[in-house]
Amino acid sequence: MAEGAQAVLRLQSRFADAVEETGSYRDQHWAVIDGSRWLEVARWLRDDESTDFNVLVDITAVHWPHRDPPMEIVAHLYSHSRNDGLRLKARVGDAGPIASLTSLWSSADWNEREAFDMFGIVFTGHPDLRRILMPEDYTDHPLRKELPLYRG
Amino acid sequence: MGPSHPATHGVLRVVLELDGETVVSCRPDLGYLHRGMEKIAENRTYLQFIPYTDRMDYLSPLSANVGFALAVERLLGIEVPARCEVLRVICCELARIGSHLVWLGTSALDLGAATMFFHTFKDREWHYDLIEDLTGARLTTSYTRVGGVAHDATAEWLKRLREFVDAMPDRIDDYEALLTKNTIWLKRTQGVGRLPAAEALSYGVTGPVLRASGVCYDVRKAKPYSGYQNYDFEIPVGTEGDVYDRYLVRIEEMRQSVSILDQALKTIPAGPVNVDDPKIFLPVKSKVLSSMEALIHQFMIVTEGFSCPAGEIYVATEVPKGELGFYIVSEGGKSPYRCRIRSSAFNNLASLTRQVEGELVADVIACIGSIDPVMGEVDR
Repeated sequence: MAEGAQAVLRLQSRFADAVEETGSYRDQHWAVIDGSRWLEVARWLRDDESTDFNVLVDITAVHWPHRDPPMEIVAHLYSHSRNDGLRLKARVGDAGPIASLTSLWSSADWNEREAFDMFGIVFTGHPDLRRILMPEDYTDHPLRKELPLYRG
Repeated sequence: MGPSHPATHGVLRVVLELDGETVVSCRPDLGYLHRGMEKIAENRTYLQFIPYTDRMDYLSPLSANVGFALAVERLLGIEVPARCEVLRVICCELARIGSHLVWLGTSALDLGAATMFFHTFKDREWHYDLIEDLTGARLTTSYTRVGGVAHDATAEWLKRLREFVDAMPDRIDDYEALLTKNTIWLKRTQGVGRLPAAEALSYGVTGPVLRASGVCYDVRKAKPYSGYQNYDFEIPVGTEGDVYDRYLVRIEEMRQSVSILDQALKTIPAGPVNVDDPKIFLPVKSKVLSSMEALIHQFMIVTEGFSCPAGEIYVATEVPKGELGFYIVSEGGKSPYRCRIRSSAFNNLASLTRQVEGELVADVIACIGSIDPVMGEVDR
């Protein structure tokens, strides 16, 4: 049931220079790739027959303020034909930037807007990057770790 | 349109630009029910977060309860006993029927078919009675726990569930008699909101909307959980991807859910319902008052919570709206470091623009109803 194991191997052989790290936990595999190759790698994962990840299930971020670089973009991909999932990650600076995946999957549109809203990450090439959950005039990025849950 | 509007199914605001009656542009405006659940999760123990899952899709709270419990259990690497798996399947399918009953009643009401609303909500009261007897509440069920469920179902309750299961097929026939071949319904729903399969997949749409567009994907079959592989059920798939196909798919899903409930009732095993791990699962209350160890475990779990090992997990379940995923990152502490909720309805709702641009404003109502979003889960 090793989800993503085969895809990670294919990634490593095709993009040896772009894969920074790989890992797995409870049989779910992930690959951390160079942020500057994000769009290229994602496009290959979608279009290559051996991987065929036709769905971008989710794209989000995790903030690690004590790490450098501190922002981890996490995308979950799924292949219907192979019934296989993959977690793709990239580590970028505080506000990114990182390429938008909207040219590959429409689901990136709203999910990247949410990541921008919550973390402040800029997705270059996004057609309409603005807040989606918080009001337009809100100024913080609430899911960042330095923001407390309660204020005052 | 909205956020305070009878047909937006909660607090959804849609900014529509019209040319006469034709929709020129459609921009959903979300966030009116955003409560910061993902941030809250980072500040609660795993046990404390369960009540928040009730309030995501508040029309099927049990499904989210199960989804979250499963995610934490997989993070911990524990499995629940067989009886618990069957009980969870019963909860999930009851929740599916309940959610689809609301969808059926309200989306029909939105298009003027008020009678349907009264029928489905009456049956919904029956389903609520069952849920209230099992969990203590209609909406704020918080029924699952990490490693099991809050309390076992009694034989008496299972008998009452059997009555419901036996009565539902005729009730669903009654609903179909109202709409399935009704000329007005056909005219309002056929060819409306067509979403081709490739675009549905690109939007990350899941659930009945995706299946109506012709893609046979259901998490219960693709990545079975809680023993779903042991049940014999079919996945209804449409062809046109329009509002009518979504109607047909959900009606059939209700029938399949009834069938799963029937099988669950026939095969539910006796035995323990919770995992036997005092560090994770709260002890029986009577023991808490008589045993020192149980008292300490109760105290520790409630005040501090248990820790999950460092790691990360993505677990998806098939809730009535589609694929609900929990991506939990743990640093080994008592709370998740990050709890990402991949909302089914959020991704489904994104396809609204594609469905209605160029169509008539009246079709917007039909499409929103057929997407069946619940803003609690969309906004979190």
